[in-house]
Amino acid sequence: MAHGPQPGFKRWLYTTNHKDIGSMYLWFSFAMFLLGGCMALVIRAELFEPGLQIVQPEFFNQMTTMHGLIMVFGAVMPAFVGLANWMIPMMIGAPDMALPRMNNWSFWILPFAFAMLASTLFMEGGAPNFGWTFYAPLSTEYAPPSVTFFIFSIHIMGASSIMGAINIIATILNMRAPGMTLMKMPLFVWTWLITAYLLIAVMPVLAGVVTMMLMDIHFGTSFFSAAGGGDPVLFQHVFWFFGHPEVYIMILPAFGIVSAIIPTFARKPLFGYSSMVYATASIAFLSFIVWAHHMFTVGMPIAGELFFMYATMLIAVPTGVKVFNWISTMFRGSMTFETPMLFSVAFVILFTLGGFSGLMLAIAPADFQYHDTYFVVAHFHYVLVPGAIFSITAGVYYWLPKWTGNMYNETMGKVHFWLAFIGLNVTFFPMHFVGLAGMPRRIPDYALQFADFNQIASMGAFLFGAAQIVFLFNVVRTVRGGRKASDEVWDNPQGLEWTVPSPAPYHTFSTPPAVR
Amino acid sequence: MLKGFNRLFALLATSVLSLPSLAQEERDAERWGVNMTQGVTEVSQTTYELHMLIFWICVGIGVVVFGVMFYSMWRHRKSKGYKAAQFHESTAVELVWTIVPTLILIGMAVPATKTLYDIYDTKEADLDIMITGYQWKWKYDYLGSDVSFFSNLATPRSQIDNQQPKNANYLLEVDEPLVVPVGQKIRFLITANDVIHAWWVPDLAVKKDAIPGFINESWTRIDEPGIYRGQCAELCGKDHGFMPVVVKAVPQQEYDSWLAGRAAEAAKLRELTEKTFTFDELFARGEKVYNRTCAACHQPNGQGVPGTFPAIAGSAVATGPLDGHMNMVVNGSQVNPAMQAFGAQMSEVDLAAVITYQRNAFGNDMGDTVQPVDILNFKNKQ
Repeated sequence: MAHGPQPGFKRWLYTTNHKDIGSMYLWFSFAMFLLGGCMALVIRAELFEPGLQIVQPEFFNQMTTMHGLIMVFGAVMPAFVGLANWMIPMMIGAPDMALPRMNNWSFWILPFAFAMLASTLFMEGGAPNFGWTFYAPLSTEYAPPSVTFFIFSIHIMGASSIMGAINIIATILNMRAPGMTLMKMPLFVWTWLITAYLLIAVMPVLAGVVTMMLMDIHFGTSFFSAAGGGDPVLFQHVFWFFGHPEVYIMILPAFGIVSAIIPTFARKPLFGYSSMVYATASIAFLSFIVWAHHMFTVGMPIAGELFFMYATMLIAVPTGVKVFNWISTMFRGSMTFETPMLFSVAFVILFTLGGFSGLMLAIAPADFQYHDTYFVVAHFHYVLVPGAIFSITAGVYYWLPKWTGNMYNETMGKVHFWLAFIGLNVTFFPMHFVGLAGMPRRIPDYALQFADFNQIASMGAFLFGAAQIVFLFNVVRTVRGGRKASDEVWDNPQGLEWTVPSPAPYHTFSTPPAVR
Repeated sequence: MLKGFNRLFALLATSVLSLPSLAQEERDAERWGVNMTQGVTEVSQTTYELHMLIFWICVGIGVVVFGVMFYSMWRHRKSKGYKAAQFHESTAVELVWTIVPTLILIGMAVPATKTLYDIYDTKEADLDIMITGYQWKWKYDYLGSDVSFFSNLATPRSQIDNQQPKNANYLLEVDEPLVVPVGQKIRFLITANDVIHAWWVPDLAVKKDAIPGFINESWTRIDEPGIYRGQCAELCGKDHGFMPVVVKAVPQQEYDSWLAGRAAEAAKLRELTEKTFTFDELFARGEKVYNRTCAACHQPNGQGVPGTFPAIAGSAVATGPLDGHMNMVVNGSQVNPAMQAFGAQMSEVDLAAVITYQRNAFGNDMGDTVQPVDILNFKNKQ
């Protein structure tokens, strides 16, 4: 038993193997992606035309809230943890994660957290309906009773994330193969190391803010109630002190994945490795001092507005460094466009578009017109869908042959890419227009002049959803069989993960490799 | 330049997609709108110009960056036999692409800072209006006068439920707009009664959160008489999408006579408190009040929403002792904050009418009437 998995169900329940746990994270996150996606489709179906057709406003608000929570905490974050579990030990030449039992636990509490969150849909008064940002007092005095379950599930997700982050830091700092100095680590490892520190810094802040809510709701405190001497704006400050680093938690590992894929398919080393590391660290630092740009309209003093505006604009500099680096890596390379590269190139283009709208949103006076409109919705979906989702997809296609030993179907991969690419743009690009034209976000029904673009966006959403079925089919097919992949899989890719056989054996690097 | 672009885009989009029109009335000018409004104030104009400046800078950067990228993707392909160069690391290049963007950012920050100072200058206003957000309506108080009223969504439920064709201003129409004079500096003092709302009129470029316990300030000076429409911009619960803002800007004289008229009405309403109404008068008035104020939660048929909003039909309160019913409506619910204290929101006449209505509608058959003076006595007892 010591050298192989236990048979049957127990393998998955008791496993401490980083590859098993990585796979479970990835499958779990895909299930959540489909669940959150279905909720998005309910939203888009209701918004297909003006008037209320499919759902009532109460349920619509539950859908927007649950879609956001599930996508952020259930789909994107666990997917990155899954990739980290699979790849970080293999990238640094370690036999496993540093804390394998905690690894098992940090995964297995997640399904319970999300089962509890999803169960609120069936409770009296319905699921949380106050938006994924759950601003008080809408989420405290005016919340449905299920808010308590929401708070508890957030606590569990936070515990899971913190444990995962501790594990990743412990692994990276203690278990690198001899010769693998920090500045030789693959960028995916670097970006995850920085992400893990962000997680440890801000998940307790989230836990704090939901606990203050819990106290307000059940124990008579008034942290966020003006009537009791509290402050509703305090909630927003605390929430966004978590929330802004959180959005970088969802994008930094993506930078690492794309920085691995582009050099492979450009057949050319990454242009500026060390500047990429420093840019990542700068973005992480800046993420702590820009939170109030989500709150330009709360009525801060002008000095506060100016500080947060300038700090936010500064983020464009390290982010620009990253984009310029990827393009310089591609420049005068010898490029091929397999599915992982297609997703990575789309990542660079669309993430940059999201960055442009982000820069526009940073300009406080203009933000007064953009704030809480569909322009914001377009912005963060342009950053998160091509940013997080496309990079995760690219990573899965890139490493799937290593995991399974089989090549995925390239044609199907390309079909998936083009459907997703077109679907995404058809869905989210028109949202810029309706947002600028004055459509607020989080509304179940809208004025007539927004009808046409909303109809287009809804059609795009269903196309994007359908594309994911192709993905699922392709992955399942590859897991079950297919053309055998070589150990290198691609054309001379860099990194220790390509030195082990395909499929990667259950235990890799039981003796550390030599790193030159 | 952008107007032309808009029109071109609209033309392309309509001809390529040729979707069936949903709008009941053709409003081609507003359909397919792709850009921010220039608005009708100096601030909205500067905001628009700032927005366009940043937009064109982004377009410029995009053209350069994506130009290089697409060129490279076109030329530097393995399938074209292109051999990969192996260059990497260059401090000079890295410095350039750090410093140049920083300079561009400074170029953006200067006009943005100037505009921001302008927006924050709420001093020396000619007129103060207090705006209070409620779930799900706005209250306007003309400070220094007796005039104060609620502004509710005017779009009938039947249009929302697709039983009737939708108006041109579907969801953007109210029973009583905010009336303001043109050419005056108007200061808005913005707060909320329950949860956070945000008062937004795109044409004025005013968007400010309405926060319970806080009073935010904002200002505008409208040059053009007209009707300007906006919406609540902060998620505030179930009917967040159904609390529009309508501002009617009129010439000073018209404003003055309007204000005088409203003040006279308010005085008359106070006199009515003394009057004794018949059951039919109260019932008819109560039905109107109910549909305006209560029906959003308790539903037009009085059945409520099970699990969320209690029914009026057959309810213990509406078919119980009168004092309990008055207490609920005047002071709100002790357990459910969604049931607000309406005592200060409505006149005694309206309170009496709606309580009478609730006790005798939806199959409730209490047969009693409540007079405005009863409400006044109840309030005084507290």
